Amino acid sequence: MIAETGLIALWLAAALALLQFALGAIGLRMGRDDYYAAIRPVAVAQGLFVSLSFLLLIWLFLRSDMSVKLVVMNSASVKPLLYKFAGTWGNHEGSMLLWVTVMGLAGAFIALFERSLRTSTLVATLAAQAFISLGFYAFLLVSSNPFERMFPVPADGQGLNPLLQDPGLAFHPPTLYFGYVGLSVAFSFAVGAMITRDVGAAFAKAMRPWVLGAWIFLTLGITAGSYWAYYELGWGGWWFWDPVENASLMPWLAATALLHSVTVLATRDSLRAWTLMLAVVAFSMSMIGTFLVRSGILTSVHAFAVDPERGSFILALLALYIGGAMALFALRVGTVKEGKRFELVSREGALVANNLLLSVILALVFIGTLYPLLVEAVTGDKLSVGPPYFNLATGPLALLLVAVMAAGPLLRWRRDNAKALLNRISIPILLTAATLFVLVLFTTGMSILALLGLALAVGVAIASFAPLWKRNLRRTPLHIYGMVFAHFGIAVALVGMACESSFTEEKLVAAKPGDEIVVNNWRLQFEAIEPMAGPNWTALESRMTAQYGDGVIHEITPQNRMFAAAQTQTSEAALLTRWNGQLYVVLGEGDSEGRWQIRVWWKPFVTLIWFGGILVALGGFLAMIGRLQRGYKQRKQREYAEMML
Amino acid sequence: MKRVLVFLLVCLAAPAAAQTGLPPAPYADRQLDDPQQEAAARDLMEELRCLKCQSQSIADSNAPMAGDMRSQVRERIAAGETPEEVRSWLIERYGNWVSYDPPISSAVTWPLWIAPIILLLAALWLARGRFRKYRGEQ
Repeated sequence: MIAETGLIALWLAAALALLQFALGAIGLRMGRDDYYAAIRPVAVAQGLFVSLSFLLLIWLFLRSDMSVKLVVMNSASVKPLLYKFAGTWGNHEGSMLLWVTVMGLAGAFIALFERSLRTSTLVATLAAQAFISLGFYAFLLVSSNPFERMFPVPADGQGLNPLLQDPGLAFHPPTLYFGYVGLSVAFSFAVGAMITRDVGAAFAKAMRPWVLGAWIFLTLGITAGSYWAYYELGWGGWWFWDPVENASLMPWLAATALLHSVTVLATRDSLRAWTLMLAVVAFSMSMIGTFLVRSGILTSVHAFAVDPERGSFILALLALYIGGAMALFALRVGTVKEGKRFELVSREGALVANNLLLSVILALVFIGTLYPLLVEAVTGDKLSVGPPYFNLATGPLALLLVAVMAAGPLLRWRRDNAKALLNRISIPILLTAATLFVLVLFTTGMSILALLGLALAVGVAIASFAPLWKRNLRRTPLHIYGMVFAHFGIAVALVGMACESSFTEEKLVAAKPGDEIVVNNWRLQFEAIEPMAGPNWTALESRMTAQYGDGVIHEITPQNRMFAAAQTQTSEAALLTRWNGQLYVVLGEGDSEGRWQIRVWWKPFVTLIWFGGILVALGGFLAMIGRLQRGYKQRKQREYAEMML
Repeated sequence: MKRVLVFLLVCLAAPAAAQTGLPPAPYADRQLDDPQQEAAARDLMEELRCLKCQSQSIADSNAPMAGDMRSQVRERIAAGETPEEVRSWLIERYGNWVSYDPPISSAVTWPLWIAPIILLLAALWLARGRFRKYRGEQ
């Protein structure tokens, strides 16, 4: 009965979404205020019903109801509870239901709490939101029903992909989805504002928290995904320019650009058309990302669902939404004034540079990811576009962007002069030059990109704190701290990337128990190899000790795991973290003479990459709190003033 | 008892090695003695696609074929070939699919390399028009 109740709740939510859309569309057409009043409760009800449906699916997974096909395909009764829970969204149907649930909740949230936007714009936004949701409801109900029963009922399920059995990955997809959905809300706001021709500061202020929230989740999702790939896949790399990674990077790039341009719109009432365009692009990128990953068009490590029917469905949705939004944009862009003007050397000028550079990088990642598909479709030739292309094409632009990032916050709005800027930024420039000088003198074999990156990162790390210079730290608004943290985080991550790519030491050995392996300052003692068994896997575990210089002796146990249910092998790398880097040990295959392949890396400062990512997200979080607080205070003041009148 | 278990697990864990029936390639997982040559080989291996895997370089792959290719790359570099010679030899055998670095001179892939320049020019043009208009108004 649980499954049927879930399906009914899903149908009801879909019907409510249709009603929400109709109320909004008809209300706007005929200017009926009573329709406006009805749309809020409908949006809230839609959110509640779709959440109920998702909760019921979670329940089915938790109790391992093997009469439901989705549970059978993606779970097993012996699985640890956490993975039964995470298994709910570790598959196609569940993840789509999660998507539409978060969208429904976001709609309910807007209906309940959004008070500063003009009513007609709010109604148009909710109608647009319902229209997007409808596509996903149709997708779920027509071609991917998560509640489908199975008969006869099998004894047990088939388990989850072993690579997904990891706490990091259990929460990585929902994090990205929250980001995607946040961008869909921003998109709905943009559509709403275009429909009612209400593009201005108020609209930007209403949209900004959603962009910021989406961006925080995307940042966290990408950071977590990168760390997961690093330790779980056992290749020691943290970014592969894999199409699926690019699919998550593209919305982030667009969201980063949008975040900065929406700030210009909110504070200076400028860059209106450009902000609308970015909102459309950001949502398109999240749809394209979902399409690439979910359709199985890219056969890569992440693409678990290979099903052309579903792919075409998403593609049709994609064409409908993006095409529709672009058409609306083209129709309305003529009536949207660009807003207040500004000079080249100004805060706005730097933010325009940020937007253009991010857009070019985004376009390059997009082209590099899709070009092989295009060529294969047209000529049948297969070709690969990978790290050499992406690094060379986007690396220099990214460095330029980082330099702009250091200068931008030190510029005044509207107009400033270049000499004054040079004066303000002289210390970071000197630091960068000094670092570059030292690196050129004392290191060998660094690539130019890494060399410049490291030198620039040192200067930018200092420059990112400059906005706090000579300010009263206690009265500085929270969102300024947010910006400082986020920019500093980028510099920290850049240090990690440059160091990892330049100073990593690797050793491959075939070792017998008793052998010693030396890498950098580390001495590893290979002691023994032993079999082990976990809840749903067996493994070979090697016991080793590792010592850095004369330091403490650590026990490490890299493993090779076999998952019986899925016939898959994963290697569990052993990691030792020090303040100045990470030791990474992987156990490989054994040979007939009792020697084992062991791969050891010493990666100096590699952890800074993810630490930087977390700082960036933290900065976003501070900015979010600061903005929300400020918005709340202003509203209270306004209400108070109205009361006094 | 433990030994038997280890042996059984090794047999389970190494089905890939058993499939080929051939001795593993000598330099698949053995580094070259000359650190400079090893670094050159390593850089090249990271830019070559493992043909049997999904989105993995041969440096990162456990597939036997990737091991063979690593061994060939190392042997050829050790024999004095430049990385680019090894790459073109592999492209001749397996096609452009094998290299993650699309060639500039190929009829199919050159648009990729001019894309950054065109996009950057377009961005500059977009920005320039905007600022000039402002000055004109003043």
